[in-house]
Amino acid sequence: MINTTLKKAAGIATIVAVATLSFSAQADIKIGSTLAISGGASFLGDPEAKTLKMYVDAINARGGVNGEKLILVQYDDGGDPNKARTFATRLIEEDEVVAVIGPSTTGATMAIMPIFEEAEVPLVSLAGGDPITDPSQKWTFAMPHSAKMACGKIFTDLKKRGMTKIGMISGTGGFGKSMRGKCHDIAGDYGLEIVADESYGAKDQDMTPQLTNIKNTAGIEAVVNAGFGQGPAIVTRNFKQLGITLPLYQSHGVASKSFINLAGDAAEGVRLPAASLLVTDKLADNDPQKAIVTAYRTMYEKVTGDPVSTFGGHAYDALHMIVKAIETAKSKDPAAIRDALENTKGFVGTGGEFNMSADDHRGLTLDAFKLVEIKNGDWMLVD
Amino acid sequence: MGEFLQFVFSGLTVGAVYALVALGFTIIYNASDVVNFAQGEFVMLGGMSTVFIHQAGLNLPLSALLAIAFVVVVGNLLHKLAIETARGASVVTLIIITIGASIFLRGLAQIFFDKQIHSLPPFTGNDPIALMGATILPQSLWVMFGAAVIFAGLYVFFTKTLSGKAVLATANNPMAAKLVGIDTNVIMALSFGLSAAIGATAGVLITPITLTSYDVGVMLALKGFAGAMLGGMGNPFGALVGGILVGLVEAVTAGYISSDYKDAMAFILILVVLFVMPQGLFGKKVIDRV
Repeated sequence: MINTTLKKAAGIATIVAVATLSFSAQADIKIGSTLAISGGASFLGDPEAKTLKMYVDAINARGGVNGEKLILVQYDDGGDPNKARTFATRLIEEDEVVAVIGPSTTGATMAIMPIFEEAEVPLVSLAGGDPITDPSQKWTFAMPHSAKMACGKIFTDLKKRGMTKIGMISGTGGFGKSMRGKCHDIAGDYGLEIVADESYGAKDQDMTPQLTNIKNTAGIEAVVNAGFGQGPAIVTRNFKQLGITLPLYQSHGVASKSFINLAGDAAEGVRLPAASLLVTDKLADNDPQKAIVTAYRTMYEKVTGDPVSTFGGHAYDALHMIVKAIETAKSKDPAAIRDALENTKGFVGTGGEFNMSADDHRGLTLDAFKLVEIKNGDWMLVD
Repeated sequence: MGEFLQFVFSGLTVGAVYALVALGFTIIYNASDVVNFAQGEFVMLGGMSTVFIHQAGLNLPLSALLAIAFVVVVGNLLHKLAIETARGASVVTLIIITIGASIFLRGLAQIFFDKQIHSLPPFTGNDPIALMGATILPQSLWVMFGAAVIFAGLYVFFTKTLSGKAVLATANNPMAAKLVGIDTNVIMALSFGLSAAIGATAGVLITPITLTSYDVGVMLALKGFAGAMLGGMGNPFGALVGGILVGLVEAVTAGYISSDYKDAMAFILILVVLFVMPQGLFGKKVIDRV
């Protein structure tokens, strides 16, 4: 008898405690995120989620934002657009967050953008596909360098090397498709001609047939691979297996140490555009990003024990830009945050210097990219 | 010529793995009429556990052996916990159980290994061998060699040993097999173990070329199934030929038409087989005497 009474009492106490807790939570700033923490794109979502958690704790430890505590509501959409939609709706309607960071992939971002446009809550995506910010949507922003910028950076280097005929091999996922399209659009501006154009599926395990076709195309001078995940690692291995000696360019979608590990020797000499984060120790001391990227890298590697990747860096940029927007606006009203985000100028993050405007919700220029080459299993600055 | 040969090499390498998966299907199908859709997970577990044991510091051959032994245990557990307990259920139910088991194994792999992509060092060097204008990796030769050895071993096992003949007897007529004193349960366990071992070996052989992650099993199972269907479900030789044919068709499609249609080809093959010759290339015609 006593036992049941005690249980009831404990139950009531819990309810009261929870109620008080949720009441006090009203005074905090709630930021949501939906990321691909598991699944095929987990190499994006995993470092992003860890970064957000780490820095929300750090910001709260030094007193929060405008004197209020940050609360992070995190969901794992596994890179699945359907799940992302469910979580986006939940974040807005139930969790009542003031801004959302994510998703990790282009497909999932495209699926949830309309929800944010309608609910009038700012969304800061961590995906690089161009359709997210081109044309610019009122409530949607994105942190990573776009696929178009990757094409631009690679093509600038190709032009400098005096090449005119290139082959492309692209993944059929959202990012690969977007980059392939953009590269085709702007190739002419750099005097380049795409003479071979092949593709592969996200789960493909052998790309030698496609690469054989590229190899046998007359006059080809370099090959560009658009995509991320395991595809580019296999392309790079097959490239070497077929004995192709042309220069191979990858996108910033492979900018993590695991790409070098997976592709092994074959990665030697591969060039790609990447954020400064990969080459922190090789940056000049007067580089405006040096302090920020070094601090982030040190903290990330110390807390997680994993090597730093540029993907977690995008989450760092998104969180700090939102925090700065809240501070500038002196308000946690979603509309005020959005306006402040759009007016962000000279914000130095891990991705580069962001200058947002009404037409540009990414805010990065080609200068934010460093062209790196893989040498002896490490990243080397090319210029 | 060189380019066609390159497609053939590519097709043979991938096809040899499909053939091993198809062989795994065949063995379990023969013993129990069950199409085991967790076959692809055996391949994944073989590759992934080798990677993790190797990372822990053991040398490659020992890691591979341990991994194969581990997958055999998993295969037997699958039989013991999922198939045997559902004894008496219809074959369709059992097949659905194997699909469930495959999802379960994938989930476990995500938790106990990780969600990253992994690779293994090749057995003997990474320098491609040039041959008549095409190139082939030494590891591809290992894959084909491995498939050939396994097939030869199975042939000897089924035709020359008593246990092998007991499996065939169970396949032919479980009731009659029981009557002559064959413990069909042991035979079932043996088939699952054998099938798991073949799958795991395929995983070890292919990982240095195609890399591995927790979710590679799904496609492999489907392609292997297409191979087994094409060759004639239940015929080991058919499984070998069917698997290699699926690999070749894929490689040639990717090379001459477009890689977009590559995966579709395997499934188109299944449909063609079902419509035109349901017994497959080498399958027995099923005749019901009335």
